[in-house]
Amino acid sequence: MTTNSIIAERRADGRPPARRFSAGTGGSGLKLVAACAAALVLFLAALPFFSDRGLIQTLFSAMTMLALAQFWNLLAGYAGLVSVGQQGFVGLGGYFLFAAATFAGIDPLLAVPLAGLFAALVALPSAWLIFRLQGAYFAIGTWVLAEVFRLIAAQIKPLGGGTGASLSKAVADRAALTQAIVDATGMRAPAARDVAAYWLALILVILSTALVYALLRSRRGLGLTAIRDDQSAASSLGVDPFRLRLMVYVLCAFGAGMVGALVYLQKARISPDAAFSVLDWTAYILFIVIIGGVATVEGPFVGVLVFFILQEQLSDFGAGYLILLGAVAIAAMVFFPRGLWGSLAERFDLHVFPVRRRLTWTMEPPGTPASAQALMESDETRNGAGP
Amino acid sequence: MIGALYAIFAAGLSLIFGVMRLVNLAHGDLIVVAAYFILIAAQRLGLSIFVAVVLVAPLMFVIGYALQTILLNRVLGDDILPPLLVTFGLSIILQNGALALFSADSRRLPAFGLENASLLLGPFPIGVLPLMTLAAAVLVIFLLNRFLYATAIGRAFRAVSDDSTTAQLMGVSNGRIFGVAMGLALALCTVAALFLGARANFDPTIGPGRLILAYEAVIIGGLGSLWGTLAGGIILGLAQVAGASINPEWQLLAGHLAFLAMLVVRPRGLFPQLRDAA
Repeated sequence: MTTNSIIAERRADGRPPARRFSAGTGGSGLKLVAACAAALVLFLAALPFFSDRGLIQTLFSAMTMLALAQFWNLLAGYAGLVSVGQQGFVGLGGYFLFAAATFAGIDPLLAVPLAGLFAALVALPSAWLIFRLQGAYFAIGTWVLAEVFRLIAAQIKPLGGGTGASLSKAVADRAALTQAIVDATGMRAPAARDVAAYWLALILVILSTALVYALLRSRRGLGLTAIRDDQSAASSLGVDPFRLRLMVYVLCAFGAGMVGALVYLQKARISPDAAFSVLDWTAYILFIVIIGGVATVEGPFVGVLVFFILQEQLSDFGAGYLILLGAVAIAAMVFFPRGLWGSLAERFDLHVFPVRRRLTWTMEPPGTPASAQALMESDETRNGAGP
Repeated sequence: MIGALYAIFAAGLSLIFGVMRLVNLAHGDLIVVAAYFILIAAQRLGLSIFVAVVLVAPLMFVIGYALQTILLNRVLGDDILPPLLVTFGLSIILQNGALALFSADSRRLPAFGLENASLLLGPFPIGVLPLMTLAAAVLVIFLLNRFLYATAIGRAFRAVSDDSTTAQLMGVSNGRIFGVAMGLALALCTVAALFLGARANFDPTIGPGRLILAYEAVIIGGLGSLWGTLAGGIILGLAQVAGASINPEWQLLAGHLAFLAMLVVRPRGLFPQLRDAA
């Protein structure tokens, strides 16, 4: 399974084709991975029928964090757009859902993808503004934007202004899917709403991971990492940095908007300070991605696992818990800049979601000496490795 | 006049960005921490807050030097992600550390009624404290400029900023220069903390808000220009006052919108001097 494979020929001593190799993202054991992933998804999808509501709620919040982490990782890890303002789009998504469900009478679950579209629409002019800022100042720009969104949301009086609003039970549970679950299982409406939100979150996680994975294996993904590593070299080779980055930025806003809508549908209560919270929607996400491994598709999964284990164990400590979280993140950045998964992947050459281009020999040259073989292998790792 | 306060917040940021291209997301929280230090020094030792600053500033300098040489120098490099994330982590630690130690109650530095005193300047009454803030901002930026352009270590700062590899070849130790720059920035935080705390209440959570304002001032003014930072701070302050006069709830919003509008017309700021090597 190789994409964009480049077939090249090398001539040794002027003789006819001696070695052929191709560069691609092929990995071994993909079928096994796909089978395991499918089994896990089926298990998670069936879970609501035989587990209690608390577990479903915990898993729901874990999956929303995971989806956000995937998008942030794409943004910062692969596109080099370090944003500390994704909470802006989460909040916009949440507020759009409240407005659409309360005033326009749209099915709340249908409003979730619409909220994503709304966030993406807002992201377009925002990008035009803050793409003028470079590097770290871009991060500040995203934060300012999120603050602007928060302050504007606090001005919307029909949605409670600064104190926020609640979604009435009748509106929140009106979704067709929620009703179907109630009819089919006899669950009470709030529990059915949790299940519906949980399934949607599961779909969101699958979609976000698949999207990031597919994007990174495509030509565009290659262009994206090229821009991150050296913008001028990439653009001299015909990659358009602005368009690619814009695409990723808008895509990530779309994702964050959907997550925000889903989260606040499940909570049924929104306020500007919570919906645009830099701690909940950016700091935690950063922690998850850093611990798991920046610029790896697998990293966010590992990070979410660690994050929720820490949270279960330490949430009683309040401020102390956050201090510890910050300290762990700093230590990880200083000592394991590749994160848990990144370090493991490097040591054991593990790739559950192979997105790196590596050289593979498609035709062994006859009688290659052992030293040349070793050389090829070192070539392989060098070309395969990221930054 | 509140703009002068933002300029003092921003002076330290401008300095460290100029010298080492570091964007410190914990700057606002460091100001808050400095404000608590001043409060403690003033209360425990029974000092005036202005004397307390003289004690706290060297302490903050040492903290800054240690922070830079022990932690931040390890993560500085071509990649902007590690330093950003480390300072973000630091911000969370400081915020919650302050919350645990000093509680969430809002505090204020006792300024002996100075906060309400005013002078008559012609027909207009002008507060003594805002006037002092403005004077301090001008003084801080004047001294910082003198320091950069008229002393040996200031010359080393500029050399490292222009070309750190060559500076190192000439016998300048980058790590130490970075340490001194961060130390100075934190000493400036102490001055910022004094006026912040004397002017209004503060609590552990306000750091990030100050940080954003400081960065807006830096970007509006143009990267690397200290006087530009002062101008940026004042523009921001004026926009906020104008917004607040229309509707008190629009104060912050107006400042942010002024910043965004500035990005549209002058994306490189008013007086850009540095190329932003990102």
